Amino acid sequence: MKHMTRKATRHVNQNEGLIFEKSSPGKAAWKLAPLDVPDVDTKKLLGSSERRDLGNMPEVSEIEIIRHFTRLSTWNYAIDLGMYPLGSCTMKYNPRVNEAVSRLDGIANAHPYQPEKISQGALRIIKILGDCLLEITGMDAITLQPAAGAHGELTGLLLVRAYHDSKGKPRKKVLIPDSAHGTNPATAAMVGYAVENLKSNAQGMVDISALESQMNDEVAALMLTNPNTLGVFEQEIHKIADILHAKGGLLYMDGANMNALVGKVRPGDFGVDVMHLNLHKTFSTPHGGGGPGSGPVAVKKVLEPFLPKPVLLSKPEGTLGFDYDRPQSIGRVRSFYGNFGMFVRALAYILANGPDGLRQTTEDAVLNANYIRKGLEGVYDLPYSSASMHEVVFSDKLQAKKGARTMDIAKRLIDYGFHPYTTAFPLIVPGAMMIEPTESESKEELDLFLEAMNAIAQEVEEDAEIVKTAPHSTRVSRLDETAAARKPVLRWKP
Amino acid sequence: MRYLPKSPADRKAMLKAIGALSIDDLFAPIPGEYRLNRDLKIPRQMAESEIVDWFRERSRENGDGHVTFLGAGAYYHYRPVIIDSLISRGEFLTAYTPYQAEISQGTLQSIFEFQTMISELTGMEVANASMYDGSTAAAEAVMMAARLTGRRSVTVARSVHPEYREVLATYAFHQGMPLTTVAFAESGRVEPKQLENAITSDTACVLIQSPNFFGTIEDVEALGAIAHAKGAMLVVAIPEAVSLGIVEPPRSADVIAMEAQSFGVPLGFGGPYCGVIATREQFVRQMPGRLVGQTTDRNGKRGFVLTLATREQHIRREKATSNICTNQALIALMANIFMTVYGKVGLKELARQNLAKTAYAAQQFGRHATVLFSGGPRFNEFVIQTSEDPYAINSRLLGHKIVGGLPLKKFYPELGNASLWCCTELTSRSMIDTAVGHVADSERSVRSAREEPEEVAR
Repeated sequence: MKHMTRKATRHVNQNEGLIFEKSSPGKAAWKLAPLDVPDVDTKKLLGSSERRDLGNMPEVSEIEIIRHFTRLSTWNYAIDLGMYPLGSCTMKYNPRVNEAVSRLDGIANAHPYQPEKISQGALRIIKILGDCLLEITGMDAITLQPAAGAHGELTGLLLVRAYHDSKGKPRKKVLIPDSAHGTNPATAAMVGYAVENLKSNAQGMVDISALESQMNDEVAALMLTNPNTLGVFEQEIHKIADILHAKGGLLYMDGANMNALVGKVRPGDFGVDVMHLNLHKTFSTPHGGGGPGSGPVAVKKVLEPFLPKPVLLSKPEGTLGFDYDRPQSIGRVRSFYGNFGMFVRALAYILANGPDGLRQTTEDAVLNANYIRKGLEGVYDLPYSSASMHEVVFSDKLQAKKGARTMDIAKRLIDYGFHPYTTAFPLIVPGAMMIEPTESESKEELDLFLEAMNAIAQEVEEDAEIVKTAPHSTRVSRLDETAAARKPVLRWKP
Repeated sequence: MRYLPKSPADRKAMLKAIGALSIDDLFAPIPGEYRLNRDLKIPRQMAESEIVDWFRERSRENGDGHVTFLGAGAYYHYRPVIIDSLISRGEFLTAYTPYQAEISQGTLQSIFEFQTMISELTGMEVANASMYDGSTAAAEAVMMAARLTGRRSVTVARSVHPEYREVLATYAFHQGMPLTTVAFAESGRVEPKQLENAITSDTACVLIQSPNFFGTIEDVEALGAIAHAKGAMLVVAIPEAVSLGIVEPPRSADVIAMEAQSFGVPLGFGGPYCGVIATREQFVRQMPGRLVGQTTDRNGKRGFVLTLATREQHIRREKATSNICTNQALIALMANIFMTVYGKVGLKELARQNLAKTAYAAQQFGRHATVLFSGGPRFNEFVIQTSEDPYAINSRLLGHKIVGGLPLKKFYPELGNASLWCCTELTSRSMIDTAVGHVADSERSVRSAREEPEEVAR
């Protein structure tokens, strides 16, 4: 490596096969307590339903399991190791007190159907988190039932549909900007809406005149991300809301980028009718290698009657309970009450921050993104000059001339000790490089990142091949994804 | 704020580098009229010690120290200690979705192992990386069957978890998918004859659950044969994963929608849990959710990647098989570790203990109250019918810090004073005997009240 990185050094890590390859009959990591009731004749109880063989399930000891998963873990990059500049993903620090309180006995072992009388603690957590999120978003009512962001979108659009239905007709279309997340059109399709593309203007924002001409009484809603996926605040948001409302449409906000707004501006104040939040982004619950998430949906008063069942209820005697008698409800979107464990973590995060901490968090997130923008401007192409909020989108235009594309630069970042940024998204930027540092990065870490990005740009000029074949320091080099998809091997076989 | 790694001097230096006078300059794009010029009205910033105390208080208000006979889709099994040790490693806990395979092999290989073990246990050829939970997995499995058959309607057994049916109704309604219900018989199971009458030429699939909501094992093979004879698919929901240790998996199913919560996932007041869809290889391209596949790197070394992404929303947008994106990776890891700990022999022994405790409990309760649906085999749940309202019996049991079975009136009013009880390896004999004692007392007092009505009147 010509340009040495200060961020990372290579070191030995352990090899490890699949768990099945370590299995042999007679090894065990379990021991059951002696049975305190009479043993049973399983054949007699189950008849032909009795299972005899569990196939190729492993047989291993406890120390082997500990080493197996610990070794695997060392092959992962993680927020605990360093910056995760993934745009639109808000990979921030996951506080450990969140984990500790979610494991308290009465919280971790509470059965969802236990009597209300002994569930007041959980109900109070749901109540206070809901109230905090309503204050943060400036909305009127909320459901915490959706299990993730996309599930929140589904719930939100079902509410939109139910609302229009109650007015006489569900309408036919949902408008979605060309810069939107893929979940937006996929969700609209699941709810039975046709998707109509809305093009962005030269500044990367919603084209107001296009919106005006496309808006009519067949449009149920506009799904808008604000700040949008370029990290740009939709400055004409009030006009957008007015255009929709004038023709009876609703404004849906994808809250993926809420980390740019908390404590500074409230969607409910700028005309949003329904929105989802991602507790696993903005509110610090761990991403866990791809979930669990949680996607609460907050709405204005007019949509409240349609919220999923059950709805939390404050009883006259001061206790909390669930209200199942909701004749206009869209129904359930998930069993029980949603990803409760994530509510606990998100509330612990809000309590640790308070109003001052949340505002400072947002300010630092925006400060970090702008610091990166300043540090890389000129080195990488900035396709839209509009002011950045919490993330910034560059393109590989300058480097592509030497044959190095956004994915190559991203992979080369790995050698410099960083996780790649988001590549090739949003779709309106060819060769997009989307960077969101979050508030969790120190100036020192950001400087290391800038150093790495600058060094890679220089490498592209001097020897693009090293970038195009990166990463060079990982356990495995670039993997053959085409072969994986052409002839899928989705499980181990003996 | 203790999570923010910046000194005031850092912030000043960064603003200077950007060329901004103050942080407000960076928020200038937000129209002034919408900017919040006050503190949010939320609780003040708390110390870590205060946060822990606050949640301890909530934990105490929340049934801390109670034992439970509740099941009904959420099961109290022992969680081996190493599950939390391992999932607490930051490299698992704080990693993103493994799109960047070169630095995500840990997560990817563990998901590949998860897919393998779920396939083994369900008897299916492939399983996905996870779904939100059992209820949404069941709804998505039904949608999958509709895409595969090109038919529009679905027949659901009334012995499927009521909340699973509610979720399916929400999903199906807006897809214009008609739902019909098939009743359960005296046996607590779906009768093949009745199912036959419910299936039409437009039925995409039949959704059943086994063990069903009453704990009874359905005659899956017979029901599958009927569905297939009429060109419909069989989708089977399995909310109690531990049953797979001793109950033959539904091998005639086309799609299985499972809830893996029983595999080492805390009850947690209903979530997060871990849904999974398993199916046959030929249907994999219509399967929703993420999949990990094996491949090789440039040097021929084995490695794992997310694959078949052309089914997914970030590539296909409105033509995707589902909008699912973030799912339940860390919870799948819990299940993965649990399955590895118990393995081929342990899972069977664990399931056998569940069976034994339940057989004992059902027999003891049966001496005083009516045990419904005793005709068919059951796993770890059963329904009893008492003379007194089960809420009243439960409220007395609660005084002993025992949570009784789930009263079924809300879901099945026709069953009267019925309640659903669950026993696992953690249910002690003394707990069972105490509960049985209360039911016996209840029956005795109802009987004596009947025999001496004038005394009650006095």
